[in-house]
Amino acid sequence: MKVRILVSLKESVLDPQGQTVRNALHTLGYQAVRDVRQGKVFEIELEGLDRSEAEKIVPEIADRVLANPIIEKFSWEILEA
Amino acid sequence: MKFGVVVFPGSNCDYDTFHALQNVMGLETVFLWHKDHDLQGVDCVVLPGGFSYGDYLRSGAIARFSPIMTEVKKFAAAGGLVLGICNGFQILLEAGLLPGAMLRNKNLKFLCQHVYIRVENSRTAFSQAARKGQVLQIPIAHFDGNYYASPELLSELERNGQVVFRYCDEKGKLSEEANVNGSINSIAGLINRQGNVLGMMPHPERASEKILGSQDGKIIFQSMINYLEKKVGPGRKKAVRTTRPAISPLPPLIGTF
Repeated sequence: MKVRILVSLKESVLDPQGQTVRNALHTLGYQAVRDVRQGKVFEIELEGLDRSEAEKIVPEIADRVLANPIIEKFSWEILEA
Repeated sequence: MKFGVVVFPGSNCDYDTFHALQNVMGLETVFLWHKDHDLQGVDCVVLPGGFSYGDYLRSGAIARFSPIMTEVKKFAAAGGLVLGICNGFQILLEAGLLPGAMLRNKNLKFLCQHVYIRVENSRTAFSQAARKGQVLQIPIAHFDGNYYASPELLSELERNGQVVFRYCDEKGKLSEEANVNGSINSIAGLINRQGNVLGMMPHPERASEKILGSQDGKIIFQSMINYLEKKVGPGRKKAVRTTRPAISPLPPLIGTF
């Protein structure tokens, strides 16, 4: 089973990297870009788990290791069952 | 009195810290290997600066799972003295031994420079040799030193006097300019509620000898010595040298990463 996890800074936390990317896009003339938030992508392959077990483990992994819950949030999806 | 310096893969201030403790401060010092579960009976654990595990995932995020950290956590819970410098501070945050988190520096630059920090609380085991309000000149070298705490946590830290050092100018004045990495409330050093675990971004070991441009870092180590002397008795091997040192050779690192 393949799972994709997205980790990014919480809305309440300033993202200077995202701001810098936004400024660069403005310089290139993409004035429509209002905001950019930068994050990380993890693609994890799991084996020997059924869907309900994966649904339990994936957020646990994200919360304990992949994201720092003090400053980051995460979302995830199952790509291939 | 015995000090231990933890060596993680990617630590690069381990030898500097060892040198400052052993040769400058005259303390019995040992290296603690990250794969070991043995703290070798030390009275103080120092987590040195560097880039443990290449800063993969987040600075300090992987080091917290090292076998030695299980022992450091037990040691800290039992009241043992733990100092985290730079990457060591980041590891303490990731390990949950100190509250809050680090963000990338506000200007997105790796900062390697001398800074001034003001002693906000001189009644801790790490700052008792200083005066409240004293300004220390100690260098920083980091990418992720922009300390972050939620508003609730921040007011709790301030109320409890847990902010030990703040970035300031030469005269001790706080300003946005002096707060080089953008840390919330200019926080440069933080202690836990129990008062036995301190994390700081500036490197006291890099400001422990005249030739390095500042000796203010010795105030941190001296504070810890004063504290431990009351707790475990005198530990000086010899008087702190004043002129040229007879440098003891540092032990080689043995082990595989």
